[in-house]
Amino acid sequence: MQTLVAYVENKPGVLNRVSSLARRLAINIDSLTVGPTENEEIARMTIVAHTDERGAHRLEASLEKLVDVLLAENISGRALLERDLALIKVAADQQNRPHLMELIKVFRARVVDVAPESLIIEVSGAVDKIDGLLEVLRPFGVLEMARTGRISMTRGNDLLRPPLLDIESSAVVTEVSKVK
Amino acid sequence: MKLTGAEILCETLTRLGVREIFGYPGGAILPVYDALGKSKLHHILVRHEQGATHMADGYARASGGVGVAMATSGPGATNMVTGIATAMLDSSPVVCITGQVSSKVLGSDAFQEIDITGITMPITKHNVVVTHAGDIARTLREAFVIAKSGRPGPVLVDVTKDAQQATAEFEWDACMPKLPPKRIRNNHDQADFDRAVELLNGAKRPVILAGRGIMLSNAMQAFEQFVRAGNYPVAMTLLGIGCFPAKDPLNLGMMGMHGEAWVNNAIQEADLLIAVGMRFDDRVTGDLRTYAKNARKIHIEIDRAEINKNVKVDAALVGDAREVLENLTPHIEGLDHSAWIRHINELKGDSAVRDIQSLPDTGHLYAAHVINDLWKETRGEAIVVTDVGQHQMWEAQYYHHDSPRTLITSGGLGTMGFALPAGIGAKFAKPDSEVWVVVGDGGFQMTMSELATIVQEKINLKIAIINNGFLGMVRQWQEFFYDKRYVATPLVAPDFVALANAFGIRAERITKRTEVTPGIRAARDAAETVLLDFRVEQEDSVFPMVPAGASLHDMIRRPHTPLVETASDA
Repeated sequence: MQTLVAYVENKPGVLNRVSSLARRLAINIDSLTVGPTENEEIARMTIVAHTDERGAHRLEASLEKLVDVLLAENISGRALLERDLALIKVAADQQNRPHLMELIKVFRARVVDVAPESLIIEVSGAVDKIDGLLEVLRPFGVLEMARTGRISMTRGNDLLRPPLLDIESSAVVTEVSKVK
Repeated sequence: MKLTGAEILCETLTRLGVREIFGYPGGAILPVYDALGKSKLHHILVRHEQGATHMADGYARASGGVGVAMATSGPGATNMVTGIATAMLDSSPVVCITGQVSSKVLGSDAFQEIDITGITMPITKHNVVVTHAGDIARTLREAFVIAKSGRPGPVLVDVTKDAQQATAEFEWDACMPKLPPKRIRNNHDQADFDRAVELLNGAKRPVILAGRGIMLSNAMQAFEQFVRAGNYPVAMTLLGIGCFPAKDPLNLGMMGMHGEAWVNNAIQEADLLIAVGMRFDDRVTGDLRTYAKNARKIHIEIDRAEINKNVKVDAALVGDAREVLENLTPHIEGLDHSAWIRHINELKGDSAVRDIQSLPDTGHLYAAHVINDLWKETRGEAIVVTDVGQHQMWEAQYYHHDSPRTLITSGGLGTMGFALPAGIGAKFAKPDSEVWVVVGDGGFQMTMSELATIVQEKINLKIAIINNGFLGMVRQWQEFFYDKRYVATPLVAPDFVALANAFGIRAERITKRTEVTPGIRAARDAAETVLLDFRVEQEDSVFPMVPAGASLHDMIRRPHTPLVETASDA
């Protein structure tokens, strides 16, 4: 499994281009999250892909060839912070509710909705933590689940920032006059 | 200045230096055609939109500039798909402009509405829908920048009819291309550069693998200096032909599936491969597990996505070929590879004897004869545009190109039907050059309707049909690998001479070796288009051949005697 981060232009069709590229390279995407950045014209993606290092290099380099992609980088193997968030609706009756609450506490999850026959649990953290909670909840009866997919960030001084949109793209234009 | 979107489109193309547009009108692009009529742009009416894209592609390949094709929405746009894919696979800068239904009805399945940007997403470098007249100029300028920069490729601009009809303020300086600023990668990894220099100076048996990237970056001079500095023998990809003179003793010829045996064997014996502007396609490597096993590899390539894609390399120099070569050459210490070059010449062995050119004339007409005679008659100076298949490989083997951009052929996609329209495009790019279309009887029948375009435009093209009555390359595979079961490869063709005459084109049928040179001479002397129908051996095959998936050194070699019986004798 390889993790890539991409900064893209926040406009229609870009997600399609990114996913279409992965399909063309026959790379299966495990999860893809996208959301705005501090600059509303730029969105950030975290792509988790079923491929090896060579496939990830090809995906990274091919992504960066897309006009709308400002930066793409394979961050697998670096010091990373990874987060996934899940909402899990689990069957809960009077009898097992206290036991459930114990488990939730152990996993530092929280209850965000209470109904007579069910609870909704919110949990965030690394993927294996959520998987772990899911495993112990299964015997109670998981009725519904929604997960965001992984978002990742490199730790510390390892910064991933594209040049901002307010910079004029004179570099690209000169490149062409040179080609002529 | 207030102009309609259609007028802005034509004005922008004019200012971008466009002279010719290859296209076909229709409802959703009519406003642009109306404006075209009032502009200085010359529109070439094609007979099928696939032809328009191949013409724009041929124009781009012959000129080094950008080719422009135009079509209406729906079927007009979808007919362009094959031509766009052809340009994509061979990194050809083509801008396709399509009409689209009005933005108000987009997504409603309106008459002749199709999602052409969705369809062409994987086969364009970039594509975009324009729905506002005010965005047309900037978008087109960006399309030209994208098509030409870095690794070139096709760009499609889909313009809605209402955007063509609406008016907008047009001011050239206010519509500068504004592409998203990319992170500038530091591609000049000093460690890779140093390793490359060390390898370049240390190799005993080096071979350069020269590709089309050399021509795309106009690196011919830098390349020659590099070759001379290191005395490196040069093997070329099909699309690399012309980047280095064929007559140069250091030029070995074409490599790969139908490369000469000594070229492929030299690659397999090499201790260093220097790949320049090529991408280790399966047609040049054969089985990757046995490919150049003892060679270290240097890859000079502008597209980072090509590095380590098929072949793992020891030093990757990502960048424009000319720049990289200019940086490398001063570091090369005068090297002498004469022993290695002598060895390669020994590898030629009896190849020359087996060559069909050296065999006594049996009266049979071989395609190789035709191509070789054409080379001699044109002194290798013509622009030759080929289709795909056996004749394409014979052209690569027997027409020796000394200058860049003189062989135009569909390599990556292998598009049959490419030659005739691409030849028309090349003739518009180089009106003073002699342009020969060399095409099989199969491929010719795919796009022969463009003969009418030739007549309507009154251009002077020479067409050589290498007519063997088969889909020759497929037949060859059936002969070698399917026990001669010729399923769907015998091919009925019309009388090409009568057909050409029906279009108003002069034509001649040639069936004997002795008629070849006079026929070519007469065609060259004519100040109009001439079609020659060469009836060649029906079951001749292209040798050598590396079967698909076999090792590069595992070639089916030329037989010592050529085929003398054909299907027609039986």
